[in-house]
Amino acid sequence: MAAPESPRTDSSPWNWLLLAPIVVPLLTPLFNHDEPRLAGFPLFYWLQFAFILLGVGTTTLVYRMTRKRSRP
Amino acid sequence: MNDHVTEIVIFTVLFLLVSAIGFVAARWRAPKDMAHLDEWGLGGRSFGGWITWFLVGGDLYTAYTFVAVPALIFGAGAAGFFAVPYTVVIYPMFFLILIRLWSVSHRHGFVTPADFVRTRYDSPTLALLIAITGIVATMPYIALQLVGIEAVLKTMGVTGDSALARHLPIIIAFAILAAYTYQSGLRAPALIAFVKDTLIYIVIIVAVLYLPYKLGGWGAIFEAADKKFQASPAPGDGIILNANNQVQYFTLALGSALALFLYPHSITGVLASRNRDVIKRNMSALPAYSFLLGLIALLGYMAIAAGVKPLPGAKAGSVDSNTVVPLLFDAKFPAWFAGVAFAAIGIGALVPAAIMSIAAANLFTRNIYKEYLKRDATPAQEAGVAKITSLVVKIGAVGFIVFLDPQFSIDLQLIGGVIILQTGPSVVIGLYTRWLHRIALIAGWAAGMALALWMLWQIPNAATGRRHFGGSAFPLSEFGLDSQKTIYVGFVAVLANLVVAALVTLLLRVMRTPPGADGTTPGDYFADEGDPRVEREKSTPIDTVSST
Repeated sequence: MAAPESPRTDSSPWNWLLLAPIVVPLLTPLFNHDEPRLAGFPLFYWLQFAFILLGVGTTTLVYRMTRKRSRP
Repeated sequence: MNDHVTEIVIFTVLFLLVSAIGFVAARWRAPKDMAHLDEWGLGGRSFGGWITWFLVGGDLYTAYTFVAVPALIFGAGAAGFFAVPYTVVIYPMFFLILIRLWSVSHRHGFVTPADFVRTRYDSPTLALLIAITGIVATMPYIALQLVGIEAVLKTMGVTGDSALARHLPIIIAFAILAAYTYQSGLRAPALIAFVKDTLIYIVIIVAVLYLPYKLGGWGAIFEAADKKFQASPAPGDGIILNANNQVQYFTLALGSALALFLYPHSITGVLASRNRDVIKRNMSALPAYSFLLGLIALLGYMAIAAGVKPLPGAKAGSVDSNTVVPLLFDAKFPAWFAGVAFAAIGIGALVPAAIMSIAAANLFTRNIYKEYLKRDATPAQEAGVAKITSLVVKIGAVGFIVFLDPQFSIDLQLIGGVIILQTGPSVVIGLYTRWLHRIALIAGWAAGMALALWMLWQIPNAATGRRHFGGSAFPLSEFGLDSQKTIYVGFVAVLANLVVAALVTLLLRVMRTPPGADGTTPGDYFADEGDPRVEREKSTPIDTVSST
């Protein structure tokens, strides 16, 4: 099953979104605090857990928006 | 004589079950002919989304992670949590890079990152350096998987007096592992990864629901940890970072992320996928493991709240903090569940150890044996050499643990992460541009390597009293800066590597030194499954010259 030649590029403006989950989790002043706590978790911990969701959300979005149309 | 009989029985049964799966794996999705490096070492390059998810996940989140990250949290607090941002930033960072590497490898039949460098830069020397760096960095990593198993065995009281008796269970475990990897290649860890992850998910979900309930809630757990760190004299610990280790925290997270996908074994997992789509989808699905990792990390605080005291280490007076998680399970759960948890950690060591030994074997076969020893090796000969090399690598790793202090492997792994980063400019930048000159890349590699080793040599370890290779946090004051801050060694070394590579490139351009021929074409970086050129070569198994 020879798929049609895909357009020879990976570039898309959506890719810029990937910068967010790379940069945000590295900004320690953003999350290096104890308060406010969430369910007993200091901010330092629950916010970094939340960054995982940011990472999943962004990469999923970029993946969906840049998928080649030839592949259903 | 031993009150851990239930745990030992459950551990052994699950271990044997998994070993059986490892042997059966040879027939799983297998073609008629396994005597080809693509089949043995890359599972026929045919893995879809789920298998890749388990395989790469099993690759990156190892037994050592499960025992060492919580141990770090137990000892130092917030600084150990770097593992979470590290596994968050890694996927968006490699989202676009790995599909390019997959495509060019698919078109040219590359099995290792060094294969790519060889063709891209027309430089066997640079490829050799990349291959050797990969093998050297991987060996202690495999040895560390044994440290994970050893922590579990120690907790179950399976230890002897003589060196041989103490290590016998590990030697047996590795002999079994070696046998099924030899037979089934990458298919074995791919299939076992399903079992491993199922066990780990069950254990961790139960643990993070049940333990806080037993220990008085998350608030109480963090309070207990805070109290411990307040009382300790060490300056760097605490449940949040202090002013001096923030730079270390994010440079370590970033540097470790870069290093992780440069390790040959992670690239093996990626190249084994069926198409680009599988890789992209996985880059968004793999962070599910980061949740797991974060929760596992917090087991370190639960151990503090539960009053766990780590078992004594190899030297008198030292403690083996790697035993805190096994001890926590031993103390707080019924024996049968602790047995399942221990099996999860034990099997968690086998999957990555198998993939790592395969990756090291691929590197040796492709970039040393075929390049320097036997240029006209047939695919069957390649597969044969790789199988034997995978055995040698595992024997070497066992040797590390049996004959040397395990602490030595930990030091080596620390160095491994820093040196594997030095292959980044050749591999990652090479995927985008050929601007850097091959000789400049060699110079950059040498500079980065030298600086990294020098910096690591300067770092003492306060806890163990060692004067060198005591950690990866380099004090900025050593550079003459008026600061108490520390920075991750690998980060500085790779920057130096890049600067040298760029400067030497400029110099070589002025001198008009030939850059060598690029064996790849721009289109190679976008090829996908069912690529017409690859299909054509499959149907005509004659030595075809590149058609472009």
